[in-house]
Amino acid sequence: MRFKILLIIFFLNLNINLYANELVEESKIHKNLRCLVCQGQSIADSNSDFALTLKMVVKDLIDQGKTEEEIYSFLSDKYGDWILYKPKINQGNLLLWGLPYLALIIGGVIIVFLIRKSSKKA
Amino acid sequence: MQKIIKSIIVFLFIFVLLVFYNSLNRETNYSTDYLVGNKLTNINLKSFDDNKIYTSEDIQKSRYTLINFWASWCAPCRIEHPYLMQLSKEKNLKILGVNFKDKKINASKFLNELGNPYYYMAKDTTGKQSVNFGIYGIPESILINNETIVLKKFVGPLNEQNLNDIKEIINSL
Repeated sequence: MRFKILLIIFFLNLNINLYANELVEESKIHKNLRCLVCQGQSIADSNSDFALTLKMVVKDLIDQGKTEEEIYSFLSDKYGDWILYKPKINQGNLLLWGLPYLALIIGGVIIVFLIRKSSKKA
Repeated sequence: MQKIIKSIIVFLFIFVLLVFYNSLNRETNYSTDYLVGNKLTNINLKSFDDNKIYTSEDIQKSRYTLINFWASWCAPCRIEHPYLMQLSKEKNLKILGVNFKDKKINASKFLNELGNPYYYMAKDTTGKQSVNFGIYGIPESILINNETIVLKKFVGPLNEQNLNDIKEIINSL
């Protein structure tokens, strides 16, 4: 009897967890999609007609078993990379993605050089 | 070493200035120009009147098709309607009207009042189908050829200039 109860609890918990994961995924996707008719809002923050429609489309795509990447790919095909708050790396934004790392490396080299120089003086 | 640091600072300063200059001159409004040249796929639109579904095959029958998204509650749609009526007389062009988030009775009243320029009439009651066409507001129109490749996209109501552009494209050969 105890085993049966534990089994039921396990399956109920599994179900709740799966539902929670789906919710998290959906809201995460909403936060990365720009509301094209709003000022600086994601579709998660907006109740505009466009945002509501896009939320329905995202839900349909999730129900169809599409992954997060596939959903972004579908929507950027239709509306361009502008719809994504975090666009994929491409030729147009390579510099934007790479510059912080480049600055970090150059900055690191300069700091190392300055430390060495000051330790030599001392 | 100091020379290198100075050079880097000067380089960064010039770089930041260039980025600002470039950003100030850039068009910041959302544009759908990138859609031109893309092929429209998965066309699946419910008929306005019956249960028929319009697919790419229906559109491929015509040399050129103008897909127009409209609604009776949309004021700018009234402004562009006379241009659609003019385009409906063109031999090389068929107009597919997609009634967007509208009530059938209101849409029918709108067409009875202003005329029906549409060869095909479809409906998108939820707006979900329109996402497949990259629509984010109405009216919007997409001119495609018989391979369903986008030739031109018009955001907002059609005007005299758009009318001439469409006529030029469809009568170019």
